[in-house]
Amino acid sequence: MRYLRSPAAVLGLLLVIVVVLLALTADFFYPRDPLSLAGRPLQWPFQSDRFLLGTDSSGRDIAAQIFHGARISLLIGIVATLLAIALGTVVGALAGYYGGWVDDLLMRITEAFQTVPSFVLLLVLVAVFGSNLETVMIAIGLVSWPAPARLTRAEFLTLRQREFVQACRTLGMGDGKIIFREILPNAMPPLIVYASVVMATAILMESALAFLNLSDPNVASWGNLIGLGRGVLRTQWFVSAIPGVAILLTVLGVSLVGQGLNDALNPRLKGR
Amino acid sequence: MSLLTLALRRLLASVPTLFLIVIGVFLLLQFTPGDTVDALVAQMGGGDPAMAEEMRRFYGLDQPVTVQLLNYLGRLIRFDLGYSYVYAKPVLDVILERLPATLMLMVSALAFAFFAGLVLGVIAARQVNRWPDTLISTFGLVFYATPAFWFGLMCIVAFSIRLAWLPPGGFGTIGANLTGLDWWLDVARYLVMPTLTLGLGFLAVYLRIMRASMLEVLSLDFVRTARSKGLDEYRVIYRHVLRNALLPMVTLVGLQAGTMLGGSVVVESVFALPGLGRLAYDSVVQRDLNTLLGIVFVSAILVIVINFIVDVAYARLDPRIGHQGGH
Repeated sequence: MRYLRSPAAVLGLLLVIVVVLLALTADFFYPRDPLSLAGRPLQWPFQSDRFLLGTDSSGRDIAAQIFHGARISLLIGIVATLLAIALGTVVGALAGYYGGWVDDLLMRITEAFQTVPSFVLLLVLVAVFGSNLETVMIAIGLVSWPAPARLTRAEFLTLRQREFVQACRTLGMGDGKIIFREILPNAMPPLIVYASVVMATAILMESALAFLNLSDPNVASWGNLIGLGRGVLRTQWFVSAIPGVAILLTVLGVSLVGQGLNDALNPRLKGR
Repeated sequence: MSLLTLALRRLLASVPTLFLIVIGVFLLLQFTPGDTVDALVAQMGGGDPAMAEEMRRFYGLDQPVTVQLLNYLGRLIRFDLGYSYVYAKPVLDVILERLPATLMLMVSALAFAFFAGLVLGVIAARQVNRWPDTLISTFGLVFYATPAFWFGLMCIVAFSIRLAWLPPGGFGTIGANLTGLDWWLDVARYLVMPTLTLGLGFLAVYLRIMRASMLEVLSLDFVRTARSKGLDEYRVIYRHVLRNALLPMVTLVGLQAGTMLGGSVVVESVFALPGLGRLAYDSVVQRDLNTLLGIVFVSAILVIVINFIVDVAYARLDPRIGHQGGH
């Protein structure tokens, strides 16, 4: 397989697998609530066998929060990405396939979404709908769809002229069937690659939101832990440092997998 | 058609978009639990319902949403963004006070990301697939994956707490009463870490685009022509390739203007900079919806203006447009 020939892509895949394993084994290694008091606060990492990564200022086990935080990051990344790609695909497909006033209208709306900084829009959505896990996931999805929409539209604009589409029309196939069964599968490869960018951005956005105390405070999110560690930054900087490394490696893994997929799907563009 | 008309036409085309944004966000904010009066009454420590009704009438909040929206749009045309009850002054004044810090942060972060990205991208492209390229590209990927706020915190640990080289936050030394060059130098010290923090992720994107764009242009026929004319490598790169390879970079500045503004929310919060982003965060926490709506409006205008500037810059740079001029 072409994908496995690139060391960077393999490294990315390994990183993603490690994060998935952390998420899957969280309940096994740390069955207790990761946000409950576990021991003396602010113990340094590698000092005791019980708390491999130390404890935070509330005496909670940092390692447990890293394991459980992997779930939150992956969950938010996946749900927000699926939502953004689904929305973007529908908008882009309709705009690209029908053209005319449908295209004008949908692209006007897309442009409006792209003109407002997405993080500012995210703040507005959180201010209006509150910040529990579900609303944050949906809000991140809602601010991330314009780029996939433009990508899908561009693909549809070229694909709709192709002969196989004309053949489908001649056969009397309905528009819905042509869009979703015939054109969409051909437009998918660049979308799948772009999904990795959306997911990386979604994970970063959630962590930033959590750092600002605007995400769900009742889940063990890596961003929450960084925000908490800010209070003891002067002396116990490890509380903030450790979850940041976890975010960095996760986002790096997701981006490398995306780049690997891109190179495998478009071999001619390799290295660009 | 001249360049300026073209750019101005695009500027005009964004006016409907602006209205769409304001209408959308205005309607969205109607879903917020509790209105301004509720917030005010809570601030005063409670009040009787009759007085709350009186206040709603006073602020026009008892009217149907459509009337309120039309009123808001009517005032917006006169650049009246309403009144902030948290800061007890017009929203426009609050925003204008905060704008300079954000603009300075954005300009310096953009300059840093653009020029560092340019230089690194050129180096990587000229050494393609050799170790400098691998090293630069790897750093680019890591920078891209680094959460900006975390990088900022780690900078504070290293440069403010450990080494005590730079101030950990704020915008100018308080009570120093500096003027002229001294003031700029003082503020610059406060902007070093925020600039690096905000610029890092963009640097990663710029260097990747610059590298790809250089490789693309280097493979074109006109470069071979320039080389066969006997031009030395320095001139080929700097006079011919660079100018063409810069075009995608310039486009990117416009595309990422919004992302950068969004990023400044987090960076300003980390470094306690009194900017627009910090204001956006505060108005969410304090439920200051008038200010929040005003910030959305002003940041959309900023993005549009930056794109206008980018259009003009693009036209000046692109050798294919501009020289023909008059048609």
